[in-house]
Amino acid sequence: MHIPEGYLSPQTCGVMGAVMLPIWAAAGKKVTKILDKKNIPVMAMGAAFSFIIMMFNVPIPDGTTAHAIGATLLAVTLGPWAATVSVSIALIIQSLLFGDGGVLALGANCFNMAFVAPFVGYFVYWLIVKFKANKAIAAAIGSYIGINCAALAAGTELGLQPLLFHAANGSALYFPYGLKLAIPAMLFAHLTIAGIAEALVTGLVIFYLQRVGEENILYRASGNLRGLEQ
Amino acid sequence: MKKSIIAFIVLVILTPLGLLAPGSAWGEWDLSEIKEKTGFIPQGMARFNEIIRHILPDYGITGFDKSFWQSALGYILSAIVGIAVIALIFWLIAKLVPEKREKVL
Repeated sequence: MHIPEGYLSPQTCGVMGAVMLPIWAAAGKKVTKILDKKNIPVMAMGAAFSFIIMMFNVPIPDGTTAHAIGATLLAVTLGPWAATVSVSIALIIQSLLFGDGGVLALGANCFNMAFVAPFVGYFVYWLIVKFKANKAIAAAIGSYIGINCAALAAGTELGLQPLLFHAANGSALYFPYGLKLAIPAMLFAHLTIAGIAEALVTGLVIFYLQRVGEENILYRASGNLRGLEQ
Repeated sequence: MKKSIIAFIVLVILTPLGLLAPGSAWGEWDLSEIKEKTGFIPQGMARFNEIIRHILPDYGITGFDKSFWQSALGYILSAIVGIAVIALIFWLIAKLVPEKREKVL
């Protein structure tokens, strides 16, 4: 789901960056307010986990690949704002050091994977937990919907390119496939395999976190699961 | 902490499994794949393609990708470098966050 360099027009990159700036500012504020210094190692582990889980490409039946993000997992354990910070840092490292996702496209990629995915995932989790449902299952369902909303956002950003930006002769300047191709392709990969990978990883880790003892550093990440939130 | 570190080490060693999935992600093709698919390279794509150089492009060591094992080694190295840089960033953040909040609690 990492939109590469040159796939989005500079204008699109500018708009998405402008959308992300206040979100990052709010996230920074919220995180320093809600979490204290002792939570920073757990946020770091969350970012590292998200970074590494994105390296596990899974095969998609149409011959492409995709991957989980861990966005909802971080949102449920650390809060959605901390998830935005941690996943954004993972995405920044990926684009700068490894060329995974464009540097100019960081605004768009962070919007999709570090904002849409964790917030939608967290919202769905929150709704389901209201009905006294199992938290691991609620988080798994939330993460499935979260990653698919992120895929829909990425498909929309890509698919808008040929519509909005073309040369005088009508040929595409940036990403050449329109919405009718981009959205179904992005959703297919995530509705089928990648969403299930995301749900499995999220559900299993939450299931484990609910059982860790106080001696474990991850106990700090399970406070929300023990009902300490709000 | 020990258990978490072991879990991360296991994950790092397993990352090359991610290389086994054939093909590339939809919409993450390089310029030659774009040309193959559409018959041309859109001007803007060509222009912005290489605005910065990466130390481990595509999670691999440049030129050290002749076999699966070489790629796997580059992939594992990338995972280690990525985690190390993330740890460094959060260590710096921890340095910048003032201590006083904890006294309040």
